[in-house]
Amino acid sequence: MTAFNEERLARLIRVLRPAPEAWVRAAQQLPFARGEVDEIVARAEADAAFRQRLIADLEAALDAEGYERDPAVVEALRIRFKAK
Amino acid sequence: MASTLSDRQLVARCRAGDQQAWAELVERFSRYVYAISVQAFRLPEADAEDVFQEVFARAYENLHRLRDDAAVRPWLAQLTRRLCIDRLRATARERPAPDEELITAEAEETLSLIEESLVVHEALAETPEHCREILDRFFARDESYRTIGEALDLPAGTIASRISRCLTRLRELLEGRTDDRPPSSTR
Repeated sequence: MTAFNEERLARLIRVLRPAPEAWVRAAQQLPFARGEVDEIVARAEADAAFRQRLIADLEAALDAEGYERDPAVVEALRIRFKAK
Repeated sequence: MASTLSDRQLVARCRAGDQQAWAELVERFSRYVYAISVQAFRLPEADAEDVFQEVFARAYENLHRLRDDAAVRPWLAQLTRRLCIDRLRATARERPAPDEELITAEAEETLSLIEESLVVHEALAETPEHCREILDRFFARDESYRTIGEALDLPAGTIASRISRCLTRLRELLEGRTDDRPPSSTR
């Protein structure tokens, strides 16, 4: 391992800065978002037009249907539908 | 949140549906994922946020596919790199570039630095709490002596000497370590 002087240690501690708290909280909420994700997925499976709207423009489709845009829900749906 | 759980134990608990374990996993690797996207790939904040959320969303969805629970860190690193490259490619559509061009020598150098930083942060986690706190606040959070003094109830005039003593302690810890010990924590 490289020899560590104080300057190098300080630099290396600085490299791993905290991510913004809101980002961390949103990612931590993923398990809680699951219920809403499952509900939207089930609806999309039953309604082809809704599914197409989700794929074409996920956030606009959620807005139009009155869903709150929880970042964790949006990301989970984006992955599920490979949406834009 | 201090935890004695290994990466392997933490992943196993997440897979079993332990929501507290998931929150801890996000906390443990959040700085790492953030550093890769913002420092190595220099993504703008908005893109970095999208990548950050997508990394953890994919990790949550695909945790059952991880073959070796102890390898969660390199798995997350690979996922983050892949998503950063996709993001860079999407923003440079008019001039498609192969992966090798999107991962510059500078990015590779920063990725190495991040890996080295993980080792230092792991050692930092083994220092007494007052050292961990003061070094993290001063170097990683850019807090002033005054802010640190108020938060930790210390006279501002003693902070510089405490930082110096804690750095010495950290250096001794690192020098006493074996070279082949893999990093497992980013806090």
